[in-house]
Amino acid sequence: MPGFLPPFFPEGEHYGLLAEYDSPGALFHACEKVRDAGYKRWDAHSPFPVHGIEGAMGLGRSRLPYVTLVFGLSGAIGGMILQLWANGIAYPMVISGKPFFNWQPYVPITFECGILLAALSTVFGMFAFNKLPMLFHPLFGVDRFAKVTDDGFFISVEAWDPKFDAAATERLLASTGATRVELVKRREGSAS
Amino acid sequence: MEASDNVSHEPVAGRAPLILGAPDFHSITNAVSAPVERPTPLAWWFFFLPSVGMLGILGVAVGWLVWEGIGVWGLNQPVGWAFDITNFVFWIGIGHAGTLISAVLFLFRQKWRTSINRAAEAMTIFAVMCALLFPGIHIGRPWLAYWMAPLPNQMGTWPGFRSPLLWDFFAVSTYGTVSALFWYIGLIPDLATLRDRAKTKGRQIAYGIFALGWRGSARNWQHYEMAYLILAGLATPLVLSVHSIVSMDFAVAQLPGWHTTIFPPYFVAGAIFSGFAMVVTLMVITRKALGLEHIVTLFHFDRMARIMLVTGSIVGYAYSMEFFIAWFSQNPYEQFAFINRAFGPYWWAYWTMITCNVLSPQVFWFKKARTSIAIHFIVSIFINIGMWFERFVIIVTSLHRDFLPSSWGMFYPTVWDVLLLLGSFGLFFTMFCLFVRFLPVVAAAEVKSVLPAADPHANGAHGGAHALHDAPTVMSHHLAPKGAH
Repeated sequence: MPGFLPPFFPEGEHYGLLAEYDSPGALFHACEKVRDAGYKRWDAHSPFPVHGIEGAMGLGRSRLPYVTLVFGLSGAIGGMILQLWANGIAYPMVISGKPFFNWQPYVPITFECGILLAALSTVFGMFAFNKLPMLFHPLFGVDRFAKVTDDGFFISVEAWDPKFDAAATERLLASTGATRVELVKRREGSAS
Repeated sequence: MEASDNVSHEPVAGRAPLILGAPDFHSITNAVSAPVERPTPLAWWFFFLPSVGMLGILGVAVGWLVWEGIGVWGLNQPVGWAFDITNFVFWIGIGHAGTLISAVLFLFRQKWRTSINRAAEAMTIFAVMCALLFPGIHIGRPWLAYWMAPLPNQMGTWPGFRSPLLWDFFAVSTYGTVSALFWYIGLIPDLATLRDRAKTKGRQIAYGIFALGWRGSARNWQHYEMAYLILAGLATPLVLSVHSIVSMDFAVAQLPGWHTTIFPPYFVAGAIFSGFAMVVTLMVITRKALGLEHIVTLFHFDRMARIMLVTGSIVGYAYSMEFFIAWFSQNPYEQFAFINRAFGPYWWAYWTMITCNVLSPQVFWFKKARTSIAIHFIVSIFINIGMWFERFVIIVTSLHRDFLPSSWGMFYPTVWDVLLLLGSFGLFFTMFCLFVRFLPVVAAAEVKSVLPAADPHANGAHGGAHALHDAPTVMSHHLAPKGAH
């Protein structure tokens, strides 16, 4: 379960490398280089979504819309069935001599049920895709990383990336214009 | 006033910036976080204590109502609906501007929304809370409010889904839920900022829990932005449906004065109109009190004035169209209802409405008025009053002259009607005071993303700057061959 618990990472002394950049542009171009070097288990961090960075990182489109579609349609269908069943079968009521099974007056609530489930599934689907909440993470142990929610731009490469090599990866990150590259320890005990 | 040459410029294509004073990312963080982090200023208590006092009045008014029954209000035959539903429609309408700013302007890529969307969304949620109070208590026995929900019960009954009142229950509760979700996911990055800046363990834990462990990860931002876009896409038809359904509470009835097809668009326009007025009222005070005048600028007020002018004129058109249809239909009941509305016993309410809603926003044709904070504040108060009277006029004037003259009556509010209205403002302002004290009033992460420096190609190395969140540009990144940058 995505978690309140610390994330499960493979064994090892280090979480990975953290490189800092001084602007969104520097981060963007560094991402292109890390992507082209073939890394898979890495991430960029920024205080706001940097425009186009998913392309620079080689990420595909988010699949969240499919979650929304499935739940939205289920909500709408469920809402319509609920009304048809409740007012047509379970408790039929004569309203102005109208037929028991007429879909027209049920459209507004069908719509609202669809929107409600679509919105709830979008938000909780986003949390699930992002593995949030994750209140503990090795990166939170790095003091400088607090800048990521202010004006800091970072790339983290995880130690269990198949291409990871502490020395070579550090050289690569340094060559991308990082102002600082550091090795992030896995903290013993509670965090990781 | 400051930087009046800023009005009508946008940061796209090298025009003047949205945020004044050429701030960097860090200064935005500071400006937005400072009001939450400094010791409680005396001025805050000056607003908060009267609000809490009014909230106490609400408690007393609701308590007395529940104890004694709805006979404490001025309701009678034929006026069985008055302040309760007026207040409900008033508050739910206020909320609509928040959704318009956060969702509709997002879909239209109006970047100026980033300075005001957080406060407007908060306003939406608090307004919906006030609105939901009234249907809950106006049924007289609020402990039976769950009868509106489709729950299996010992009586073997189910709600009547053909009733607009039940549509309303679903629409408003869905609207409240979706607005709260939208607001919360917008808050997550800024809560993480407050977590990372926290000086005490208590603040770190409190903000940290609600920030969910946000790390600004690009992989997270990707899903986050998609979720935000989808929610905006869902909230846009939702907000249009909510006030349309509210209007059907009236339009589906057979009563002259209510039974008109113009109601849904007319109510939606009126809702946006009143909501923008409330945003202006709140932002005039908030930006001054929190020192955010360089983020919420005259440019923003100019844009809001234009929207108020447009929606106010749509509302004025709807008022006149009702009269036209009453004449054109040659329906004597319809004609009587509207002549009575303007010249009957409630003429003063009707002309208050016309003055406040149709005439007062016309000053915004003039740039001097659009860029004057004082005029904004005065007109926004007028509109708030006028839009409350609009609902009062629609509801009470249509009811008080029944089909048979022997059934005619008048509605006079009791002190409990008035205290309940006052108390609902207490709830609204108490919530808003708590919001400005404990949460970032401006969506800092979004404001940063519209700064010129946020563009990864801002240095011009790739054929000049291009706009953030610009759909064709997004495409070009996806389609560009690797290493094209």
